[in-house]
Amino acid sequence: MKKYRYYTKSHYLLKLMIISIITGLFFMGTLVIADQSPTLEVGISEYAKSSQDQSRKTPKKSHSTTDHSSIEKLQGPFTTGPEVTKACLECHNEVGRQFMKNIHWTWDYKHPKTGQHLGKSVLVNNYCINARGNEGMCAQCHAGYNMTNSDFDFSNQENIDCLICHESTGTYYKTPTTKGNKACVNMFKDKPEIEWAKIAQSVALPSRNNCGVCHFFGGGGDNVKHGDLSSVLFDPPRDVDIHMSAEGENFTCVTCHVGEGHEWAGSRYEMLVNDTVGMGKPGMVRKTASCESCHGASPHPIKTVNGMKLNGHTDRVACETCHIPEIAKGGVATKIDWDWRSMGQLKNGKSFKLKEYTQGDGQHRATYKTIKGSLSYAENLQPMYAWFDGTMHYTTIDSQFDPALSSININSFSGSREDPNSRIYPFKRMHMTQPYDKGNNTLIYMHLWGDDDNALWGNFDFSKAIQAGMEENNAPYSGEWGFIETYSYWPINHMVAPKEEALVCADCHVKGGRISHLTGLYIPGAGGDQLLDYIYYIAIFGTLGGVLGHGVIKSIATNRRKNNV
Amino acid sequence: MSNIVKMQVYKLFERFWHWLQTVLIFILLFSGFRIHGTHELISFSDATTLHTWAAILIMMLWAFATFWLFTTGEWRHYVPTRENLISVARFYILGIFKGEHHPYIKTYRRKHNPLQAIAYMMLKIVIFPAIWMSGTIYLLISFGLGDFLSGVGTVWIARIHTLAAVSIVGFFIVHIYMLTMGHSFIGHIKPMITGFDDVDLTDEQLAYLQADELDIIKENSQPLQDATH
Repeated sequence: MKKYRYYTKSHYLLKLMIISIITGLFFMGTLVIADQSPTLEVGISEYAKSSQDQSRKTPKKSHSTTDHSSIEKLQGPFTTGPEVTKACLECHNEVGRQFMKNIHWTWDYKHPKTGQHLGKSVLVNNYCINARGNEGMCAQCHAGYNMTNSDFDFSNQENIDCLICHESTGTYYKTPTTKGNKACVNMFKDKPEIEWAKIAQSVALPSRNNCGVCHFFGGGGDNVKHGDLSSVLFDPPRDVDIHMSAEGENFTCVTCHVGEGHEWAGSRYEMLVNDTVGMGKPGMVRKTASCESCHGASPHPIKTVNGMKLNGHTDRVACETCHIPEIAKGGVATKIDWDWRSMGQLKNGKSFKLKEYTQGDGQHRATYKTIKGSLSYAENLQPMYAWFDGTMHYTTIDSQFDPALSSININSFSGSREDPNSRIYPFKRMHMTQPYDKGNNTLIYMHLWGDDDNALWGNFDFSKAIQAGMEENNAPYSGEWGFIETYSYWPINHMVAPKEEALVCADCHVKGGRISHLTGLYIPGAGGDQLLDYIYYIAIFGTLGGVLGHGVIKSIATNRRKNNV
Repeated sequence: MSNIVKMQVYKLFERFWHWLQTVLIFILLFSGFRIHGTHELISFSDATTLHTWAAILIMMLWAFATFWLFTTGEWRHYVPTRENLISVARFYILGIFKGEHHPYIKTYRRKHNPLQAIAYMMLKIVIFPAIWMSGTIYLLISFGLGDFLSGVGTVWIARIHTLAAVSIVGFFIVHIYMLTMGHSFIGHIKPMITGFDDVDLTDEQLAYLQADELDIIKENSQPLQDATH
């Protein structure tokens, strides 16, 4: 007995030793691996996947009535983009005039309802703050050539970039139009030379690869900005996007974003959230990118009570609310928080990245970048819900605000239960701590990009970058800056789930459901009227108590009588 | 002279009405309180489906019952009366504890005691209309057919509907409790199954029924009895 016990003790000791050795080795191993893995990185790019990879995978069958490869003018040789554009314009002689009205070209938008002057050329956002003044970098997503600053010649048709939207080889790419600081030099290196003629001959209707190269990477990386637009949509599985998946409808972007004369439906500045026209009459052409323009305003089959009930919701609840239960699906996360305050930290005198967020597809996302500060991500994210009438209001560079407010809305929206044109709509909400003009109580422009002493991305000095950013764009600046918290709101329309994954009644019709924060609504099952419920319980249990009391007294009286007899 | 006769007081339709209504009210309460969020024994969508179909059925039943009440003249049983009201009320408050007999026996013209008549009357003209009217409005709105009702807030419709449902629960509790009073629980339920119960008939009524509607009187109750038992 004693011996056995002794043996047991030593057995445990042995086990403990082995475990500690293994654990020790494991930790050492991870340290070694961590050291080898590129946690120290330089640069901006977060482009994990690209449209190029996707295009090579999906050769296109063209149904065009023109074979552009046999057109003489497209045989080249070309050495620049504008040369190709000139060739395009010789046949397509109206397109230049048309395209110049397009927001992809103008970066300028006059809001028809609020009158606000919007567009990329002027807006402040809560990602990289401003494109204005940083065109050298940001204009990679301008559908034109040579936009190096805000003095771009918008009347020169030859500067239109036809290829970014129409090429189908997947080998076309754009680079910054001006030189950045040395902190950004290793971006876009090792790219093969552009074969202009081959690319020019490949033109076709825009595929998702064309649109995606900018729209999936808005905000400086994969799915950073929207949450519902990511590289996953190049080839999404069915459960990520039923419309765009090859196992679903295999739609491209322009299947829904229809239009004419190089202008397309679908605007975040002024949205159509309550499409009562629906599909319209048979054969009627609708230039609308709403769910209803294909599905109609009563899309649920009316052979069941639930179908009818669901149709009864469509006037108040947007389709997207139930049919996009989550965003940032399919393994690519979206950015939800960005703190500029920690910008500029150096390691061994150099800028660096920490990639401590691992997303579903196994890619590591930067949680800290010297040039950007601290970054947070979310995946399979439940949107936030609010009443929305489709009209966005912006805090622009000249809007004054009260800095005592806990946060500033970069964009806010109107909409309410009382407004019959409003619907409950899903949004991605982005939080940021960003610099502002402390003296004038306005947002600021920053000079991020450039090979000069003021560029934030290189010198990591907010004071200089703000001073330069405000000056070069003629915005009044008090000279004093501080940090302020901001939110921006991104209406959600993409990543529509298959119907079996749509929300069910009880996601909202329950205590603490998805829209329990919305006021002025009666949602059966959501436990509003708590006080009344207590009164009901008291009434029911009171009645029960009453009859029980009556019964007890009755039986006591009966017993007493029997005993007396 | 009066005669206690076992005769058919609840016609076949009336019994069908009563029991189908019982079943439907149970389904409606069960599914309704699920929709309200009181329990989660079935899914919200199943509860909605069940509630809607049961509601449509019960409204059809009520339509038939209303037609029946007016065409047969049976509605007169529900007209409130003060006759015996005090004595019946006194019985429930006091007499029952002293071991007194129920002071009321059904008559040909009055198959309910005066308290019952008032209770059922209130059920028929206040609680049921409150629930079916609010329910119909809610149904129309949720089926997208209620644009003309847009001025009516769903909040108040729902409150009226729930309040009426709670009143029905209260009615049900008292209704069941009442069955335990008097001779026996089964004895109270039986008439609503067989249709037959003791009724206090005048000589004229008895003679008339014996002559013209023999089938609604039980054979064995034919011998004249003295009511002063």
